Amino acid sequence: MRPGWAAVTAPSSTSGGYTEIVDPAQPSAVGVAGRQEIERLAVTQTVLDVAAISASVASAATGGLTIFTGLVRDHNGGRRVRWIDYEAHVALAGTVLARIDRETIGRWPGVALAIHHRIGRVGVGEASVVIAAASAHRGDAFAACRFAIERVKQIAPVWKHEHFEDGAVWVEGATADPEDEAALQLAVQRACS
Amino acid sequence: MLVTVRLFARLREIAGRDEWPQQLPAEATVRTAWDATIREFPALAAYERSLSAAVNADYARFTTPLHDGDEVAFLPPVSGGQTDDSRRPTDARLTTAG
Repeated sequence: MRPGWAAVTAPSSTSGGYTEIVDPAQPSAVGVAGRQEIERLAVTQTVLDVAAISASVASAATGGLTIFTGLVRDHNGGRRVRWIDYEAHVALAGTVLARIDRETIGRWPGVALAIHHRIGRVGVGEASVVIAAASAHRGDAFAACRFAIERVKQIAPVWKHEHFEDGAVWVEGATADPEDEAALQLAVQRACS
Repeated sequence: MLVTVRLFARLREIAGRDEWPQQLPAEATVRTAWDATIREFPALAAYERSLSAAVNADYARFTTPLHDGDEVAFLPPVSGGQTDDSRRPTDARLTTAG
């Protein structure tokens, strides 16, 4: 439970004896009282905290919060994956995440966005990237979240070194070019489809 | 001028080095730094067509001018492009962009 929050038993007028979590100061504003002061945009070696990342964008005005979590899966191309080492150009990644944030807010002005990318060794089942998009309404939250992950995949300077039982490979996709208008339009198209 | 050259991921592994100081002539560009890099590590030359480059903390082109103290990084294709229905841009290469 978040600090400052209280668990109370539901009033007897409601059915059943369930317990609900309320914030005494702002009973209807989920996320506000427990909001943690973390960066919205980050490249980090530490385990990603989905709740804290969500809290960094949620506010009393939020009606929809979409979270995308990218996980390390146990297989790729028919081979069993043991772990992935993520490498990044950290300073450049900071610039790129800020750019993606501007691109996203430019298209969906009411959205608050958080992007956290993990680097270093990430085990199967662990999160490598978390994106949270908060908006007054769900439509913008879903679209902004999808757009942001597409752009992260296209232009964030992050590389995966996938480790199998019998070796390791670098996973390489497209050449990163933030000015590539066709790639940008593809991300918009995927977000809005 | 003196710059720092950095390599990442596969390029770093091929060269066996991640960064080093590099002396370059005045008026040097990212291209000048790349040419110096492949003189030292000829095996990297094959990657020229799929590179991205960065100067300090921003993406750059081969034509981007360098200044004393700059950090220039050469980057292989990022991992994310390889998804279910990904495209591979052919018009986004350093070699064809200004």
